[in-house]
Amino acid sequence: MRSLAKILSTVYALLLYGFIFLPVVVLVLFSLQATQFPIPPFTGPSTRWYTAVLADLRLTTGLMHSILVAVTSSLAAVTLGFLSAWGFARFYLPGSAFLRGLITLPLTVSYLIIGMGLLVLFNWVGIPKSLVAAGIGHVVINLPLCFAIIYSQTGDHQVNIERAARDLGAPEWKVLLLVTVPVMAPAIFASFFLSMTFSWDEFVISFLLTRFDTTLPVEIWNLLRSGLNPKTNAVGSLVFGVSIVLVVAFELLLFRRKQS
Amino acid sequence: MNAPLVDVRNVSHRFGQTSVLHDLSLRIEAGSYTVLLGPSGSGKTTLLSILGGFVVPTEGNVFIRGQDCTAVPPAKRPTTTVFQDYALFPHMSIGKNVAFGLRMRGVDGATRAERARTALKLVGLADAFDRRPHQLSGGQRQRVALARALVVEPAVLLLDEPLGALDLKLRRQMQDELKALQKSVGTAFVHVTHDQEEAMALADHCVVMNEGRIEDEGAPERVYSQPVTRFSATFMGESTVISGTVTDFQSGMITLRTPVGNLSLPGEATPGSAFSHAIRPEHLLLGEPAGAVGLGEAVVGDVVFQGSFRRVLATSKRDPGIVFLARLATGSPVAPGDIVAVSCRPEHIIRLKD
Repeated sequence: MRSLAKILSTVYALLLYGFIFLPVVVLVLFSLQATQFPIPPFTGPSTRWYTAVLADLRLTTGLMHSILVAVTSSLAAVTLGFLSAWGFARFYLPGSAFLRGLITLPLTVSYLIIGMGLLVLFNWVGIPKSLVAAGIGHVVINLPLCFAIIYSQTGDHQVNIERAARDLGAPEWKVLLLVTVPVMAPAIFASFFLSMTFSWDEFVISFLLTRFDTTLPVEIWNLLRSGLNPKTNAVGSLVFGVSIVLVVAFELLLFRRKQS
Repeated sequence: MNAPLVDVRNVSHRFGQTSVLHDLSLRIEAGSYTVLLGPSGSGKTTLLSILGGFVVPTEGNVFIRGQDCTAVPPAKRPTTTVFQDYALFPHMSIGKNVAFGLRMRGVDGATRAERARTALKLVGLADAFDRRPHQLSGGQRQRVALARALVVEPAVLLLDEPLGALDLKLRRQMQDELKALQKSVGTAFVHVTHDQEEAMALADHCVVMNEGRIEDEGAPERVYSQPVTRFSATFMGESTVISGTVTDFQSGMITLRTPVGNLSLPGEATPGSAFSHAIRPEHLLLGEPAGAVGLGEAVVGDVVFQGSFRRVLATSKRDPGIVFLARLATGSPVAPGDIVAVSCRPEHIIRLKD
């Protein structure tokens, strides 16, 4: 009986992980295809499609745009998220719990709705469709996340550390810069990497808010309109690889934080 | 007469609706070791926070070196604090921790390092300069916190239950070191604690606080031997408290009617007035007729062995509401259930104010 249960649970685990990872495995596998079509039989491995991706100016430009948007929007989201988390943690505000809930609310709203809202708003205000507009959209979706992560890591034990810095003569901005930020660095970097991950492969908002210059996911979508080929697999694998690196960085930082 | 180093004048403080300090005044002399002693909720920590500038009192003023510092923020007043949890900067080396205050004062790097090393040597941690806070033990972190607060040469060093997180043996050792350190640097220390032994060991000036008021203050020997109020008689060491009414006053002797009988004591008082008296446990005599003042008979309850002495609780036969608290030599033949005569010498009966 026990061995049967063991076999069944192993099979279940294999099916579960297969269900989750099979699409990615197929994507990566056929990105190494040597021939024209990403369908069996597998003819590789070959790096010809990766070379083709890196030679494609539209894709490499999209890649640079994505990096630019991810880095700047994440920096903005982390800065704003940190300052609001610190404010909520250190100062008494009337209706604090309600206001904190309001900040994290966008986490529950779909990107499509946020994108549409921004599109209407930017149209009205006169901000043209651009990478800047998409970047602002990414700040809107990532700020609540950064806030939630950093706020969860603010503890009362840091209060006395900040008081000690003030007591020894530090003006408020030096307390923040020399004490609060370094002490909270793991949470700050973790939220930065998670924010990068979400910005990096975000499609809907970028699609709605950019026109001529656009990000990599939108360029991939343009590419997909002309049908599947191993080049789309190769660029998809590259996007996936970068996401993995960012998520691992995030996990390591948050994990190390918990240990110390 | 010189103004005191710190002059707290008529300070009251409320947190919302809760009043924590009531019209409190206190003077701290230069070079003194002042201990604020009281139970939790007595307002001692709030008073320390007011001295440090972390709390601005609702009413009253705080003068330091003659200057009104009531609303001056911590960064700009000549005080530094050693926090109960030490509050070392975890991301900085010990040397950088100690030098932080000097860095904020714009002292150059080389001088900073030199003075930080001197301060660390002062607290016996000369070799810890490059280490990190998490590599040190509790007692060592405590010393780093002291060095960090002292290196900026404050007028007053504030210590918030600094020994609270240490085990008993280390606490007694740190007590001695704190006292020696204070004498060698000459800075005025203000130390908050709820441990009366710590207070007695450290203080030049002991301030007993209860419910936001100062119950008693003075040299610890005086506070112990002649407590002013019932609270200080029972908090700063233990006491048996007996209340009574004066029935007669003649030629320097008063007669006091108490639940344990009429007592004849030297003193002055108008007949009809009521007083409480305290007797320290080591002054109560059980089963010996030697005491000049008889306090009736009592039934011995608990006898607790405490190493060098035995702590004895005995309930008065005349008034079961009065429990005598005595400290007897380990060899004395007293057992639970014994009925003993209780007495003491008249000079050991301390008259309290309330």
